[in-house]
Amino acid sequence: MLSTYTWPEYDYVQSEDQKNTGTIKRHPVVVIGAGLIGLTAALDCAMRGIPVIVMDDNNTVSIGSRAVCYAKRPLEIWDRLGVADRVVEKGISWKLGKVFFKEDLAYEFDLLPEEGHKMPAITNLQQYYCEEFLVDEVLKHSDLIDLRWKHKIISLTQHDDYTALQVETPDGVFTMESDWVIACDGASSNIRDMVHASFTGQFFQDRFLIADVVMKADFPTERWFWFDPLFHKNQSALLHKQSDDVWRLDFQMGWDVDPKEATKPENVIPLIKAMLGHGTEFELEWVSIYQFACRRIDNFRYNRILFAGDAAHQVSPFGARGANTGIQDIDNLIWKLKLVMEGKAPDSLIDTYDEERASAADDNLLNSTRSTDFITPKNRASRYFRDAVLELSKKYDFARPLVNSGRLSTPTPYVNSSLNTADGDEFAGGISPGTNCIDAPIIKGGEDGWLLNQLGDGFTVLVFGDKPAQSAVSFGEISAEVITVGEQFEDAQGLLTTRYGGDKGAVYLIRPDSHVAARWRTFDKTKIIAAIARTTGQA
Amino acid sequence: MALNLKANIARPDDFYQELIDMQRDMSEDDVQLMNAKLILIMANHIGDQETLSEAMLLARG
Repeated sequence: MLSTYTWPEYDYVQSEDQKNTGTIKRHPVVVIGAGLIGLTAALDCAMRGIPVIVMDDNNTVSIGSRAVCYAKRPLEIWDRLGVADRVVEKGISWKLGKVFFKEDLAYEFDLLPEEGHKMPAITNLQQYYCEEFLVDEVLKHSDLIDLRWKHKIISLTQHDDYTALQVETPDGVFTMESDWVIACDGASSNIRDMVHASFTGQFFQDRFLIADVVMKADFPTERWFWFDPLFHKNQSALLHKQSDDVWRLDFQMGWDVDPKEATKPENVIPLIKAMLGHGTEFELEWVSIYQFACRRIDNFRYNRILFAGDAAHQVSPFGARGANTGIQDIDNLIWKLKLVMEGKAPDSLIDTYDEERASAADDNLLNSTRSTDFITPKNRASRYFRDAVLELSKKYDFARPLVNSGRLSTPTPYVNSSLNTADGDEFAGGISPGTNCIDAPIIKGGEDGWLLNQLGDGFTVLVFGDKPAQSAVSFGEISAEVITVGEQFEDAQGLLTTRYGGDKGAVYLIRPDSHVAARWRTFDKTKIIAAIARTTGQA
Repeated sequence: MALNLKANIARPDDFYQELIDMQRDMSEDDVQLMNAKLILIMANHIGDQETLSEAMLLARG
């Protein structure tokens, strides 16, 4: 058991739905799974004013060692939802990595995080802390979020415009209905099985041993990755710091290892001692063995059931792409759901959730598979190439970009999305349509602030140049607030104008998920209206 | 086609002998590793993705 963390136990409460068995109640949104992604979905719904029920078959946060690294973009999303500050404060920010081959340092890298962003490039934190912080935030929104523990979905029936859910609790089984269901029930999603979705991809015949240890050692706050180290021949190993002096160790074990034997302390401890050096004192917090697959669901949407996170896509752990992409799924989905629920956009807007996030999932799967192929070569020839790259990288600069111990998660732009309006005006640089907005420091009312915090809950027209006469542009019932740099806030260091190519004048239409929908050099109301129509699936 | 398939090595016999001599007494393992390194070094020198793809396809046969 963990010495550094005590799992909270949340109370099961019988719901009104179950008490009043005579009437079946229809709800607007039910989220299944109160993990990182489900809780993020609940908060995003609440932030947009949508009442939501979250159900989980357990009554605590994530057990054991799971996600570790949180990248800038998901942290920015959590910042919008009010939880990023706690995660960053409790977490460990890092930027240096070292790659070793056999006994030598092959090369080291610096993520060189760009200055002038509110969120760090990457923060490490145990998943249970993140979930606990998310639950704390969820409980602050009890007017809109109903979080129900020990609620297990045992079956469902899909109808044209709702889903009936059979739910099991300690008080028995009852039925409830929901207009929309967001399935965030993880890689072995039951909901996915219930709709008979396929979940296909590549399995890897390899096993990895995860050990979380507590140690107060002098290892620097860096990511260390070994290929074929002397202490673990022919395999790979990873050392990475988390909060509370907990370190994540990861050992490649090969396919033939017996998981039961390998996780026994008498087998794990010598392995760890060999890695850390025999003088290093440590305590074992958690040991488990895993194997992995890279696969995704065939469609993120099954009529009124929407899949997000690991329920929709599973990647290898190299590159921290699991939780990070799941959070971005939610960011993409909820504003669309809100518009459709309010009748302001057609149902087909929800289809673009699959369009945009399936392409992002494919990009992640590609990156993840490439890392896996490098770390665990599939035949002798690939092993020779891998070793050749690593040996050459010790001396020659050219080989270093080929070393792949995991490419860290960055957002995938929706380059070909049907919601984008293609550039009509000349832009060299700036943020192209389909791409997430880049943060920059600003000054508002004499106070330091950040651009991303200025973007409202809805659509924004961000203007560089002369202030337009109107304060909003509307298409039907959808309104975009006009914000002019130099009016609502100042560009603190000139970084904002540089990052957006605004020195010659620029007008950006920004979606509620802080992605650029369209951009121009000048303010043209007619073009903005057409772009709002397009980005809400109405053109 | 970006790949040069005309004879481009000035003294072909010299080149070939140097390669063979170098690997003559090496173990099979060392030869494989050297060949892998050689491919990577030459691939970087060429750089152009299209040329590399053509070469790989040609070699696969």
